[in-house]
Formats: sequence, structure tokens, C-alpha cells
Amino acid sequence: MEIAARVRSGEWSAVDVLEGHLEAISAREGEIHAFNLVMVDEAREAAAAVDSAVASGRDPGPLAGVPVALKDNMCTRGVPTTCSSRILDGWRPPYDATVVTRAVEAGAVVIGKTNLDEFAMGSSTEHSAFGPTLNPHDTTRVPGGSSGGSAAAVAAGFSSVALGSDTGGSIRQPAALCGVVGVKPTYGLVSRYGLVAFASSLDQIGPFAGSVADAALMLEVIGGHDPMDSTSIPRPAPDISAHLDRGVEGMRIGLITELLEGVDPDVAARVHEAAETLSAAGAVIDEVSVPATLYGLTAYYLIAPAEASSNLARFDGVRYGLRVDGPDTAEMMIRTRSAGFGDEVKARIMLGTFALSAGYYEAFYGKAQKVRTLVRREFGAAYADHDLLLSPTSPSVAFPLGAKADPMSMYMCDVCTLPSNLSGEAAMSVPFGSGAHGLPVGVQVLAPAMGEVEMFRAAAVLEAGAPSESATEEGRS
Amino acid sequence: MAVLARLRLSPEEVTHFTGHLGAILEHAADVEALDLADVPPTSHPVHLENVMRPDTVGPTLDRSEVLAEAPAAEQDRFRVPPILGVEP
Repeated sequence: MEIAARVRSGEWSAVDVLEGHLEAISAREGEIHAFNLVMVDEAREAAAAVDSAVASGRDPGPLAGVPVALKDNMCTRGVPTTCSSRILDGWRPPYDATVVTRAVEAGAVVIGKTNLDEFAMGSSTEHSAFGPTLNPHDTTRVPGGSSGGSAAAVAAGFSSVALGSDTGGSIRQPAALCGVVGVKPTYGLVSRYGLVAFASSLDQIGPFAGSVADAALMLEVIGGHDPMDSTSIPRPAPDISAHLDRGVEGMRIGLITELLEGVDPDVAARVHEAAETLSAAGAVIDEVSVPATLYGLTAYYLIAPAEASSNLARFDGVRYGLRVDGPDTAEMMIRTRSAGFGDEVKARIMLGTFALSAGYYEAFYGKAQKVRTLVRREFGAAYADHDLLLSPTSPSVAFPLGAKADPMSMYMCDVCTLPSNLSGEAAMSVPFGSGAHGLPVGVQVLAPAMGEVEMFRAAAVLEAGAPSESATEEGRS
Repeated sequence: MAVLARLRLSPEEVTHFTGHLGAILEHAADVEALDLADVPPTSHPVHLENVMRPDTVGPTLDRSEVLAEAPAAEQDRFRVPPILGVEP
């Protein structure tokens, strides 16, 4: 990462780097609304501390002076954490999420908290209590979601890297729509301690970055075992950076047939070109059928709300955030929750409550869990004779605000990404040229659990081979 | 469902959510066609084992800092409205 290298060597000052990014924010944040909070004072203090460490001969770490934006569902001690919901109004967490601690210990400068669909439920960042984030490439369009603020912050140059969370595609889909790299690591590779839970068996934190190498470095910093998360894999983070330039010679990569059907032709064309790029670099490409990916959508939209209905029971006006008083505790809770949650969150809580209720549990939640087994089995079969899989990240380029009012059409945005959450495996989106209206297209590389090194090697080949008339330049010209 | 989820909906919201949730549940009928009789359920992507930590004293959150975030606190505890004995 250039910033870290130059700050560590004393060539650049972290304060200057930060001020450059703050200027970019002043210029365009009013239009984009990537942030719920820009932490100007805290960031200046952190950047000055990095500079004084360098001046006194101490190494601030691999992310020295690198501005990082955090999705506003990650706890930051003493700094408001809202999940873009009224129900957490005024809450200042008493602790930092593990990923925040690790980024700061590596010398990163936290620049702000980014906007999201309320409690990460959505694919457009339109369902935020604080208003939508707009796509930096075209402000009449959405940035994707739910980590739309983080994706837009990196795409607009507000921060070098950002962290998001991905429950069904919430890192990869906005990365694709904003033309940046976005990674959903293997479940358990990155600690969820301090991430406000949406669906605990699906949620995973991962990086956004402008390049594959920067995303790899960020993942190395935040990954690895954490005793504070009982689902954390008891292994250190893999060394990805050292293997990035090893290419894909001899790798067997499968194009997922089902995920190429029904996506827009401009997106499908880029995915086929990406496959040719990998083939030209020595990979063996074929098509592979994973039919359960299509049923995955239905299973996901029962499992995720079921887990959410349970996780969001904690927002009851007792311990933190909003309280709307009432004559007794039960009434206080009803008033608080009815006033504090937005429509999409209420819909999913009720759907999840229904899927888990007596009499419907077997037909809905039970069946969805069995479909989840099918998804895992079919991915397992595909990986028996493939190292990696390839698909679109999103069925379309960024769509206009308000275009997906029907809930099923919004949920379809995640059809290519959510199978990896159901299986718990790794996947990432890499920008690969542009589609309709000159907007960015993302290609998804999928890997088996702990297959991050191979996944990033393929991503690096795609990055180097991406069509030169990049959407980023077109969007800004 | 709203009652179980501790939510109260206005008549307009009831109409809105009935359509919204109906559309999703209609889609859920897709899985009816699958033969899942012999398929075991998956509740979690990684094999879960009970994780134990050494039984030693570690750092904890500061009580006053935690209570300062509560809507109401009294005598080092969270304060809530009456739970029992209120006329419905």
C-alpha cells in the first residue's frame, strides 16, 4: 500500500494524507452522503500520533497513516454507532470491535462511520434512517448495499480502504456497483466481536479497497483468531500478499451456469471476457452447474430474517439507545420498537418471527436449513474438480434510486452473492470494465473455505487484465 | 406476528406489510417442489464446538460507562417501568 510505505519511510506525513482525504470529503460528501459521521478531530489526533511514532523511530505498522472508513454497524468506543437506525439514537458503545482495534494497532486512521441500509438489511442503502447514499459514478443511482456508504467512500476517494459486513452480498454487491474491490472472507476468518449482529450464521466482516493488493493487506490485518468470537477459526490470517503475483497457471476455474442466466447481457459479456482473461493466463475454464444457487435465494430470505428476529430482540429500550416510555415495561418495549425500527427491519423481523413460529417452523425455517445443506453439497461437488468458481457479482449495473420498490426485485440483487454466505465460503468482487451507461461491472471469484490465497491470485490476474477503458475514468470524465 | 415481535402496526402498515410479506412467502413456495426428506438441516457453516476459556479474571466493561448509555438507571441497575400490577 503506497500510503503506508511512504508514511513508514517518513516521506509523507499521515496528517497530510488525512487532510487530502478530508478535502475530498468536503468537496463531494454533501452530494454523496457516504458517512453518518466524519470523525475529523479523532482522525487528526490519530494521524498526528502516527507521525510522531515515525519521528521517534517506532514503526506504526502495515497500515501506517492509511485512512479507513468503518460501516456504522461496527462498535467504536465512545463514538456513536447507529446501524443507520433511530433505535440506536445517541448510543456510544463502551468498547471497540476487534477489527477496529486491529486496524488501529496496525497504524490505520479511522476517518468516519459509513451509511448502510438499516441494520444491514437491504441492497441499495436506500433503507437508512438518515437518507440514502448515492453512487459516486452517477448520483441518480444507488451505490448498492447494504455497505453502500463504505463502497461509495472508497470509490469517491474519501478513504483508501473501508470495512463492511456481508450477510448476503452486502460487501460484494456495492463493491461491484461502485467499481471497487470487495471481499467476503471465509466465515470465521474475521472476528465478529463488536459487529452488531444481523444474521449470526451468515455475517462476515471484510474489506473494500481500490486495488486487490490493498484489500489483501487489509484482510491480513483484521483476520485471524479472536478468543472474543466463539465462531472464530483458531488459525492465524493467511499470508495473501506474498502470493498475489503467482498467477493462475493450471488452476481449474468453473463458470457457474445458473448465475449467468437471467443477468443483464452487458454483465454476462464482462464475465465471459473475465473467463477468457483467466484462460489466457493459463487457467483451465469450463462451465459447472450449481442448481441449488437458485433455491438459495428462498432459503436465505427465511434464514436471515429468522436469525434477525432473534438478534434484534435485544433492542427493547432497556439497556441502550431509544426508549419511548409507557405505563409498564411491555408497553414501553412495544412503543420503543414500533418507533425505532424502519419498515424493512419491521418486515424482516415479522417474517423471521413467522418462519420460527410453532406450526410453521418445519415448513419454512426447517426446509430452508435443508436447502442450505444442498447449497453446501453442490458447492462441495463443484470444488471437487475446480479450484475456484466465477460468476457475476450483481445481475445488473447500478440502478436508479427507487427502481426496486417491489421487495422480491430488491432481494434478487443478491442472487449471485448469497450462496457463499449460506455455504460459509469465500468470495470477492473485482471491477472488470463497464456495462450499460458506462457504469462499473464486478466479476465474482468464489473459493472454498480458507481458499483466500487462490481467490486473490485470480483476482490479481483479473485486475491486471481488466478492460483499459475503466468505468472509473469514464464516470469521472 | 407483530404482537409476538413486540411491534404495533397502524392500519396502513398492516396493509403495506401484508402485501410485502405475502410476496416473499409466495416465493418461498418454490422450495416445496424439492425432495428434502433425506437431507439433514444446516444451522451453521462451520463445525461448532463448545469453546471454553481459562477460568481466570479478565477485563470487563466499566459499569458506570455501560449504565451511562441506558435510557434510565438507578442504584447501579437498569431502570424500567413497572413489570407487574399495572391495569391492562
